Amino acid sequence: MIGVLASVIDGVLVGAVYGLAAMGLTLIWGVMRVINLTHGAMIVLGMFIVYYLSKTLGLSPYEGIPIVVVVAFVVGVVIYWIAVDRVIGRPILMSLLATFACNMILIGIGTALWTTSPYNIPVSLPGISWQGYTFTGTHMMAAALAGLIAGLLYLFLNHARYGKAIRAVASNREAAELSGIPTKQVLAVTFGLGVALACAAGALIATLFPFTVLSGSNYQLKSFVVTVLGGLGNPAGALLGGIALGLVEGLATPFMPVSWTPIIEFALFVVVLVAFPRGIFALSRA
Amino acid sequence: MTVPADISHEDLDHKDLGRKNALEVATPRRIFPGLIVLFGALFALFPYWGDDVGLRESFLLAAVYITLASNLNVMIGYAGYINFGNIVFFGLGGYVCVDLVTRWHWPLVAAALMAGAAVSLLALVFGFGILRLRGAFFALATIGVNEAVRQFVANFEPWGGATGIYLSFDAYEPLGGPMAALWLVYFLLVGVMVLSLLMSYAIKTSKFGLGLLAIGQNEDAAGVLGVRTPRHKALAYSASAFSRPMAGGLFFFKSGIIEPNGAFDLTLSIEAIVMIMLGGYGTVSGPLLGAFLYEELRGYLLTSPTISQLQLVIAGALLLAMVLFAPGGLVGFIHQRWPRSRTILQ
Amino acid sequence: MSALLEVNALSKRFGVVQAVAELTFTVGEGEILALIGPNGAGKSTVFNLINGVCPPDSGRIVFEGKDITGKPTYEVAHHGIARAHQIVQPLVGLSVLDNCLVGACYGHDNLSMAAGRKVVREVAELVGLTDRLGMPAGQLTTAGKKRLELARALCGRPRLLLLDEVLAGLNPTEIERMIEVIRAIRQRGVSILIIEHVMRAIMSLSDRVVAINLGRNLAEGSPQEVANHPAVIEAYLGDPKLMTMSAAEPS
Repeated sequence: MIGVLASVIDGVLVGAVYGLAAMGLTLIWGVMRVINLTHGAMIVLGMFIVYYLSKTLGLSPYEGIPIVVVVAFVVGVVIYWIAVDRVIGRPILMSLLATFACNMILIGIGTALWTTSPYNIPVSLPGISWQGYTFTGTHMMAAALAGLIAGLLYLFLNHARYGKAIRAVASNREAAELSGIPTKQVLAVTFGLGVALACAAGALIATLFPFTVLSGSNYQLKSFVVTVLGGLGNPAGALLGGIALGLVEGLATPFMPVSWTPIIEFALFVVVLVAFPRGIFALSRA
Repeated sequence: MTVPADISHEDLDHKDLGRKNALEVATPRRIFPGLIVLFGALFALFPYWGDDVGLRESFLLAAVYITLASNLNVMIGYAGYINFGNIVFFGLGGYVCVDLVTRWHWPLVAAALMAGAAVSLLALVFGFGILRLRGAFFALATIGVNEAVRQFVANFEPWGGATGIYLSFDAYEPLGGPMAALWLVYFLLVGVMVLSLLMSYAIKTSKFGLGLLAIGQNEDAAGVLGVRTPRHKALAYSASAFSRPMAGGLFFFKSGIIEPNGAFDLTLSIEAIVMIMLGGYGTVSGPLLGAFLYEELRGYLLTSPTISQLQLVIAGALLLAMVLFAPGGLVGFIHQRWPRSRTILQ
Repeated sequence: MSALLEVNALSKRFGVVQAVAELTFTVGEGEILALIGPNGAGKSTVFNLINGVCPPDSGRIVFEGKDITGKPTYEVAHHGIARAHQIVQPLVGLSVLDNCLVGACYGHDNLSMAAGRKVVREVAELVGLTDRLGMPAGQLTTAGKKRLELARALCGRPRLLLLDEVLAGLNPTEIERMIEVIRAIRQRGVSILIIEHVMRAIMSLSDRVVAINLGRNLAEGSPQEVANHPAVIEAYLGDPKLMTMSAAEPS
């Protein structure tokens, strides 16, 4: 019983990181109605950036996160201008294909550069022992950082001038344009931000588990499940949804083999979408 | 407005509107299907006349690609639903057909038809559920379905589990031995390809197809106009899952082996989408041209070792370029340059 | 006049906002009924509830004696209710002809393609789109798109037509033309429920007017009666359009 509880707590900690990743996805959707299918590739990018920072500069991943965020932001803005800008007004089919194509390109380049071998970043932090179970320091640190970044995002969106501009564009782009907000720039910045969140999450995940170039698709699926749990376009819901997913994983791992987890998540994804189209944690809105 | 404006159902109606164009007035509706059948006949006979096995193999692969692409186009090009995991029907059809032939000793043609019917029915039932999802969620769910089915089959002992099913040479005896069997399978596959293209055309010019196109443009508006969207989508999903399993059955029968990774290969799934966009979605000839072009390109690229590593990158770049600059694909470009081609090149 | 559409105690809430509350009215056969109210009064929501875009929380909608409460959009269309939206939704990749053909083939009468094409030509003539049938819908002007919206709804040969601010964004000439078209539609036996802000059109077109505010019934009667009703004037207080209107008529 304690084992299950420990597993659940562990799951919740990891879930916070999932929530962070999903926040990036949901932010982009909420503001520009684009589903960013490069999300998985961006998570992988975050992983590899901190890997190389730790190998070449000896930086710990935690120190590397600010660098990851900046680099990712730039990459995001570039991807926006190259691929997304042209397809914004068009049918969803086009934006899906455009971001998907980018994903193919990025993963393809990644595979060529790094092959599909697993990578690992050794990180050690003191953990907490309790009743014979250890809660690793890395898990707690990752959850704490995820929460911190989420908090910063919340403050930015609700209290900073630019953050409010982003929310304005999300709610009514034409009106925002008319009030003098440079919408194209805001969209580019939002995309960069969404990507930065994904990369930061990737960096944190790298401290917890080994990874390969192909890990992205797995975490992308998780991000989708979380986004759907929390309701599209709802960053707070995304964080809660992430924790919920982590909880589910924590409950499941003591009882079934790891290879079944993606299938359970996929089933959860479909069930939630069909039964709760607005998300379980969505705030009721018109 | 960069949406391809050539998805017009009623090109042949222009004559009623007084546009004097001898070509359009004189072109009856039957020409295009006739062209398809002619193309199929040439396609089948070309390698046969030269008794060229190498060419046959290359054409066989092209026929498979064309079938996959044109089938998929019904969902993507007409209804606007991207099915990333579309390969699942190909693989399932392969398994059903091979299983029927090896374990139950069914004749090949019957087994292939059964595979088509069974998978199509499954798709219809399943479609009602999964098509409640929209846009990207549907797209991702289809990937999930593919993965889930692959996992399941890999653990399913009656179908050989992770190792799959091998076909011994005995399987080819009823067809007159391996050599004759290979030719027969080739002709059958070309037949399936022609069927697939004809079905695509029939759907596009029918009332059902009009409803699908409406859904693809704006699903909610289509509903308000009276299109029964859930049923329409499920039927389209089912229709797009008919020739594919047959092609899969024939293909894996000929290959002599079917196993989970090869049967549910996501890369091929994605390549089918690239082919559609390359050739022109929403048209009948688009997927055909796209599949052809892509197969040639791929064959060419694979010869160079460095470039073959970047296969995915190149496919992705191609897809991106098409979406950004030429969403109508090759056929869309031809239609815009030479508007009269719209009636001939559907 | 027998009731074609009966809306009974309809209610709908979105989160904390009660968009429609206990709304009741009827549309008679062959009638043009106008639904008016200040912005945010819940008018478009009423349309959404009637034609199946979202289900009401409570209340009944009865059309030609049949209960259609909460039915999906396509079923409502099959019963014979069509809608022209405030924000036009042309199927941009299809031609004008095809747009209308969808309406004709999938509407109330469930026509074949050949029969549908005949209906489309008739309607195009009535609405004034005959010369543009082959054009891709995305290339129409705003006025053209509004006509397409109307034509498409008509092609389904509905018994009741819901017109949601079809005059918005049109210049005076276009408005006059549209009013003519709407009259002609009613001549052919189609009942019309219209949401409009252009008061001149309301006054000249409608047989009866139902005024609502905050989702509730406010007043009902002839256009004259409603326009001079104190509660209605109060609801619109500050709305320049109606102020100009009632200023022109001594109470």
